Amino acid sequence: MSGTEPTPTIGLEVHMHLATRTKLFCGCEVAYDAPPNSRVCPVCLGMPGVLPVMNEKAVELAVRMALALGCTIPDLAKWDRKHYYYPDLPKNYQISQYDQPLGVGGFLEISVEGGVKRIGIIRVHLEEDAGKLMHDEGGGNSSVIDLNRTGTPLLEIVSEPDMNSPDEVRAYSTALRQLAIYLGVGHCNMQLGQMRFEPNISLRIGTDPDGKPRYTPIAEIKNLNSFRSVERAVAFEIARHREEYEADPKGYTLERLGKQTRGWIDDQEVTFLQRSKEEAHDYRYFPEPDLVPFVPDRRWVDEIRASLPELPEVRRRRFIDEYGLPEYDAGVLTADREVADFYETAARLCKDPKAASNWVMQDVSRVLNERKVGMAGLPITPEALAELIRLVRAGTINRNTGTEVFDKMLETGRSALEIVEAEGLAQTSDAGELETIVDKVIADNPGPAADYRGGKEKALGRLIGEAMKASGGKANPKIVRDILVRKLRG
Amino acid sequence: MNASDLTAIQMQEAMGKGELSAREATEASLAAIDRTDAKVRAFLSTDAAAARRRAQEIDRRLKAGETPGLLAGVPVAVKDNMCTADGQPTTCASRILEGWKAPYNAHVVERLLAEGAVIIGKTNLDEFAMGSSTENSGFEATRNPWDLNCVPGGSSGGSAAAVAARMVPVALGSDTGGSIRQPAALCGVVGMKPTYGRVSRYGLVAFASSLDQIGPFGRTVADAALVLQAIAGHDPRDSTSVSEPAPDYLATIEEPVEPLRIGVPKEFFGEGLDTEVERVVREALGVYERLGAKLVELSLPHATDYAIATYYIVATSEASSNLARYDGVHYGYRSSGHADMIDMYMRTRAEGFGDEVKRRIMLGTYALSAGYYDAYYKKALKVRRLIREDYETAFKQVDVLMGPTSPTPAFRLGERTADPLAMYLSDVYTVSCNLAAIAGISVPAGFTKAGLPVGLQILGNVFTEEKLLRVARMYERETDWAARRPPVCEATA
Repeated sequence: MSGTEPTPTIGLEVHMHLATRTKLFCGCEVAYDAPPNSRVCPVCLGMPGVLPVMNEKAVELAVRMALALGCTIPDLAKWDRKHYYYPDLPKNYQISQYDQPLGVGGFLEISVEGGVKRIGIIRVHLEEDAGKLMHDEGGGNSSVIDLNRTGTPLLEIVSEPDMNSPDEVRAYSTALRQLAIYLGVGHCNMQLGQMRFEPNISLRIGTDPDGKPRYTPIAEIKNLNSFRSVERAVAFEIARHREEYEADPKGYTLERLGKQTRGWIDDQEVTFLQRSKEEAHDYRYFPEPDLVPFVPDRRWVDEIRASLPELPEVRRRRFIDEYGLPEYDAGVLTADREVADFYETAARLCKDPKAASNWVMQDVSRVLNERKVGMAGLPITPEALAELIRLVRAGTINRNTGTEVFDKMLETGRSALEIVEAEGLAQTSDAGELETIVDKVIADNPGPAADYRGGKEKALGRLIGEAMKASGGKANPKIVRDILVRKLRG
Repeated sequence: MNASDLTAIQMQEAMGKGELSAREATEASLAAIDRTDAKVRAFLSTDAAAARRRAQEIDRRLKAGETPGLLAGVPVAVKDNMCTADGQPTTCASRILEGWKAPYNAHVVERLLAEGAVIIGKTNLDEFAMGSSTENSGFEATRNPWDLNCVPGGSSGGSAAAVAARMVPVALGSDTGGSIRQPAALCGVVGMKPTYGRVSRYGLVAFASSLDQIGPFGRTVADAALVLQAIAGHDPRDSTSVSEPAPDYLATIEEPVEPLRIGVPKEFFGEGLDTEVERVVREALGVYERLGAKLVELSLPHATDYAIATYYIVATSEASSNLARYDGVHYGYRSSGHADMIDMYMRTRAEGFGDEVKRRIMLGTYALSAGYYDAYYKKALKVRRLIREDYETAFKQVDVLMGPTSPTPAFRLGERTADPLAMYLSDVYTVSCNLAAIAGISVPAGFTKAGLPVGLQILGNVFTEEKLLRVARMYERETDWAARRPPVCEATA
């Protein structure tokens, strides 16, 4: 091996619940707060004699996500049974997709230091979730099972091992979540377990004599359910692989040890070995005989493709190009589809994209945070905000008054113009009135006036402030400035 | 008139004329069960009180001028691998499901009830429908009404025997590799396996999902047609059920198929075929010839030897998966003396399943294992395609295929239990029909010298049940095998 530094090579399997009303193979409601075992029927309980029926909405959402990831939708997708015994899986097999998934070969672009990186997507497939097993809830040596979750549609998205750092893993995970929410494919609520991660980690340790890359054994970490845990588990594994490899450069290789499965102890932030290569499960996959293969109608796929919204990354870049927004603003505004839609409507109507960005990122965000609501809970329309921005832009009111008006709009539901007129908030641009004020300010502040005349530009700000104060905040600061400059220079 | 000697259609006619009530038909059926079932042991459970209540309800509706359906007041037996939510257990004749009561009705049970049938009881079977003699039942062996020392065939042996012994006029069975047709042949009744997808499997406890199909038993072709009419049709709960509506089978049943070309596959008359069975079947073919049919000798190269091998890979693979759910966790039998979870799984399954079921689970698990899948399961699927092609080719030349249903008449209890392979060969002429997903029927064709029934198997292409029934009826009209009463009825009548 050459002296190059080992490179972390990371792929990610992500499971997410789809935002369907009912389960994948029966009509039971998908519910997260229902009493245990209250959203079950013979089908999801795996009773003798039952048969699964495919939920078409789930397939549509899966295809939607696959298309947004640039995947190809094959002419035929089939269902397979994956066998393992566990009490949370009533049939002791999971209906999944093995060798002919719904989507293959896509990518997701993520923002990394120094630009954009493309992470390959190997496949996207649908499967059913299992129930929840809770041990020793009663204090004794017993376990209880809640099968409400059994049969919830689960989308599995498998990436290429294209990530090289915990940061990239986090960027990919958050981008995937954002995309799913954008598309309406999943809610991805982490607390509810609607998104779970299984990273595969190894280090590339140079090349063998034929030039083929060599790796440390692949470690798959099971069932991580937060961005924080996946990031830390990956960081832990990279360090562990480094140590193991340095201790035994000849032995600690993929060829010798293969793939192992590891668990994550969240409070100790360590992984532990669950299964080595020798103990790997034989899932005995075979085609699910109770379901017919799924043959996607081309026109239907095209309709879904046509209905895809502009994707967040594309939109982010367009906001930079089209509205001249800083990267930061574009990122914040496109993080949520409703926020981005709101922003874009306001920006187009007020014709001041930067001002609109400031308003949305400051005033609107403040309200959403205070009230703990989404865009739908904001009582102000983008049209109403645009009117307010136009009033500021036209000089009818100044920016500070604008914030006051904004708050009044929230309280009263009236338009900005109504509030400005009713409360006499329009700023004074009357040159005669302002000249009187300015004359008085110069007279009352001889020091700063002299300083400005002597070349101290900063002194002007002080004088403008005094004039604003004298006007009760209603003076148009631009005009005050012009008059001051004229009078002091003249 | 003894109502238990009537066919379902005769019962309906009598009820239409007010000469028979549903209650009387039900009482006759319950009385016949009382008289004979201690010897035959066709039923695993009956609920006389529920049947009487149901019959009274049907009578009330008949009196009120309602038309309670195709099977109004007809006593029907249901193989005990179909779910009934009526409080009777659904056991699949397995200890592992002993006492389990289904919380829902199978589609076919819903259909029977919607057509006014009176469900008399649940019939015995080989455990989980795995067997050809009903000796693999976890509870008891059913006897052949024609000779109580012989098996009734299987796995729907209970339903076949119940119809043959005139305890019920009609019954439901399920056929995965011959489990309706073979016991029909051995018990001297009509049994039909419809095309895969013709009848919903919802609520049929799965043995091999891609092969299982529910079908009717009757003493006459018309009765089988009547029951098929009641249960056939699309069910959105079974994705493999077909959407095209079922034709009116009874409307055309008396119309002969002319001209009729009958394919006679040479593989159905090969080594292992009992000479008496061959004689009876050849005579039946002669009847068709006299009726003007043309016999065409042909070959189905993959439909016998290869079919058995293919069947025992496909069926056991699917079974190993379908039966994984019986683990003692959620329902059914759970071993009491277990140390931990894995131990509970192992003990429950070791104690709950019988030998044949275990044998098939092991075979199927092996066939699906990593490293063996391609050699067994995948290869079996390829051969399955060849078998289907054999039939497709044949049906380009002929309307139907004919041969013996079973290579032998009913054999003695215990004769083959020690030799699973000999038992498997009971299905040599029937399994390919399931692998090809086509339709088949067995009709009584006569008797051996010892008085055991012989069945003629007629196979038709997919969704040709209507034609099959007409062809079967052509023969039935020329013979009177259905009029013969098995000794067990005479002895106790």
